[in-house]
Amino acid sequence: MRKTYINGVGCISAQKTVDTVFLEEAELNESDTILPLKIPVYKDFISPVAIRRMAKGVKNGIVASALAMKEAKVTTVDAIITGTGMGCIEDSEKFLKTILENKEEFLTPTSFIQSTHNTVGAQIALGLQCKAYNLTYVNGSVSFESALLDAKMKMEEEEASTVLIGGIDEIADYTTSLFKLAGFIKKENQSPYRVLNSTTKGAVHGEGAIFFALENEKKENTYAEVLDIEILNKLKVEVLEDKIKTFLNANSLQISDIDAVILGYNGDVEYDTYYNTLSENAFVNTPQVYYKHLCGEFNTASAFGLWVGAKIIKTQQIPEILKVNTLENTEYKTILLYNQYKGIDHSFTLISRC
Amino acid sequence: MEALKQELKEKIIAVLNLEDINLEDINDNDPLFGDGLGLDSIDALELIVMLDKDYGIKLVDPKEGKVIFQSIETMGNYIKENRTK
Repeated sequence: MRKTYINGVGCISAQKTVDTVFLEEAELNESDTILPLKIPVYKDFISPVAIRRMAKGVKNGIVASALAMKEAKVTTVDAIITGTGMGCIEDSEKFLKTILENKEEFLTPTSFIQSTHNTVGAQIALGLQCKAYNLTYVNGSVSFESALLDAKMKMEEEEASTVLIGGIDEIADYTTSLFKLAGFIKKENQSPYRVLNSTTKGAVHGEGAIFFALENEKKENTYAEVLDIEILNKLKVEVLEDKIKTFLNANSLQISDIDAVILGYNGDVEYDTYYNTLSENAFVNTPQVYYKHLCGEFNTASAFGLWVGAKIIKTQQIPEILKVNTLENTEYKTILLYNQYKGIDHSFTLISRC
Repeated sequence: MEALKQELKEKIIAVLNLEDINLEDINDNDPLFGDGLGLDSIDALELIVMLDKDYGIKLVDPKEGKVIFQSIETMGNYIKENRTK
């Protein structure tokens, strides 16, 4: 069975994650309920003719995938696998709005074409002229992990040696207003919005496009090996620790073998109990990391978490801004990521230095 | 007619998201497809919808589009003669 290595990363987020090493220019925004991403210079990556019709998520996905491939020094891939919770929702809104405003007449093709969830993967393939396996997972907050799991299985079965995977989600006005009505996003008058020790419901939302070039060979520029991924739709907080122990045991590991745990805290008092229970019990003696205060919550925010994990392993340091506790390790070899959203879509991801 | 041609240029830039194109970059007789503005078949569909929505012109024969959408000049002339709104 071949192994899976992260050999290149590309991250477009609310932070300056392009042309930086590892969050050295990170800015903490605790006053807004939405964290929009820092727009890259699209024209450096996409031709002006192609760019004019592309949705925001498509443009960001293309840039992030190009960065990941460039870093891994690969020009072709055997598979493109993306994950997205909401797809190119901005164009979906545009298309639906046109239907309503024009009483189902005068429908133009562009926003319809761009609104499908698999547009990002398709446009990347078009740009690369890649006719290989191309799949998009739309599985809520395990969309990215589903893509990662698929890629790992492809590697293990030797059906692919180089796979491009990514998580993409974008902010769109109408959907944001619905999320605010539903209480998914924090209320406007509750700032500062702190993710740790929050006492309010909802989360600060964000957007991003985070891609990884995976290969079955270790190279000079390898970040980490992806050891295992597990996805669980429903999980009670009482059994979380046992599930993690079982997951680690399946990989011949114990809690004490984990050099850092990356938790998907988003500041929602209703559901951060999942993270608190790990933080205060099983991983009380482990360096703990959080990241959604920097990128916001979105269905594929855990891809930003994996980017953080890969960077920790590569740089062997945890920036202060990411630390939940003050514990440190002399070496960060094995890292566990745990994420859930609203008590469902739980994922465990294990990565290791190699 | 001059006002209509100006309006058409503005609409084309907006509808087709021609971000880097200014009004003065489009000459009345420049070809819209191919060598000129470089529009493609999806743009043609957008223009057909625009004619219907904004000027009440329904193109029945798609072949007509080739002649009508040749340039701003040809579009303007066609709209002037056939508009219902």
